[in-house]
Amino acid sequence: MVIPEFCAWLENTALGTEIRQSTWMFPTIETLHVLATVMVVGSVTMLDLRLLNLAYRDRSIREVHEDVLPWTWSSFAVAAVAGSLLFTSSATKYYHNFTFRMKMLFLLLVGINAVFFELRTYPRVMDWDREARIPLAAKMAGAVGLLLWIGVVAFGRWTGFTK
Amino acid sequence: MDLTEALQNFCDWLANTPLSLKIQTITWIIPAVQTIHILCVALVMSCMAMMDLRLIGVAGTRRPVSVAVSRFVPWVWGALPVLLATGTILTIGEPSRELLNPYFRTKMATLVVVILITFFVQRQNKKDANYWEARKGMAALAGVFSLLLWVGIVTCGRWIAYY
Repeated sequence: MVIPEFCAWLENTALGTEIRQSTWMFPTIETLHVLATVMVVGSVTMLDLRLLNLAYRDRSIREVHEDVLPWTWSSFAVAAVAGSLLFTSSATKYYHNFTFRMKMLFLLLVGINAVFFELRTYPRVMDWDREARIPLAAKMAGAVGLLLWIGVVAFGRWTGFTK
Repeated sequence: MDLTEALQNFCDWLANTPLSLKIQTITWIIPAVQTIHILCVALVMSCMAMMDLRLIGVAGTRRPVSVAVSRFVPWVWGALPVLLATGTILTIGEPSRELLNPYFRTKMATLVVVILITFFVQRQNKKDANYWEARKGMAALAGVFSLLLWVGIVTCGRWIAYY
């Protein structure tokens, strides 16, 4: 298996060592990670709630999609970079951590849900956007996304409490 | 007996109440409550970012400022009581970690200021839907201030753990 060796190498790079030993770097990067994460989750929740017909009802799904997702994606990029740096500081520890693995699994599921929605459900949005009833597939994407993101946040926060 | 000493005594007393002891001994309570807290932070932060960016004039510009203010502010008033309740549980569980912490105090002071700004933005908007549209400079200033203060609140919140 190459992953444990990769982790050992990663945390012993100058960068990993620096983040681990510095008193201010980890909290600072972590703050950035939290700020970006709350923007990701909050903005994508707006779209999810629209898909569930629980918010933004006066605007088309396409409009909400266009307005909200660029912020989601740019925040996600920041969260991913900051998260990777945090991982670098103690790669082996995180790799073996159960809650961290669950968080990654939930992120993967979030990704699958999003890709499925973008490739299968959203391309035909023009057909159903102006109708009173939102198709089940779109509602499901919203509900599943919402629940999975809650899981990502919960496991992420729990990781901070584990050794 | 000075104020710090009185506060210290209060923390010691609070930490020994049955409720606090319960929160301290049941290990999942604090991570679970923190998760709810941060999910609400995600809602507040993204709603405020959307409103502030609209006030500044860089996001959601297809719709007037008044729409953004009346869409996003109610979510903040809805989430704040949950944040207050979960924050109170965390404080009862670890009184001196919070009440004697300069980051916690800064966070609370900043929160009061930003609530007043948000309340003012909403009130002027209710009185006159064109209020902020007609005062672009002041709107941008309010947006910048509000955004910076919310980022400050999240930053202080995370740094509480490192004092």
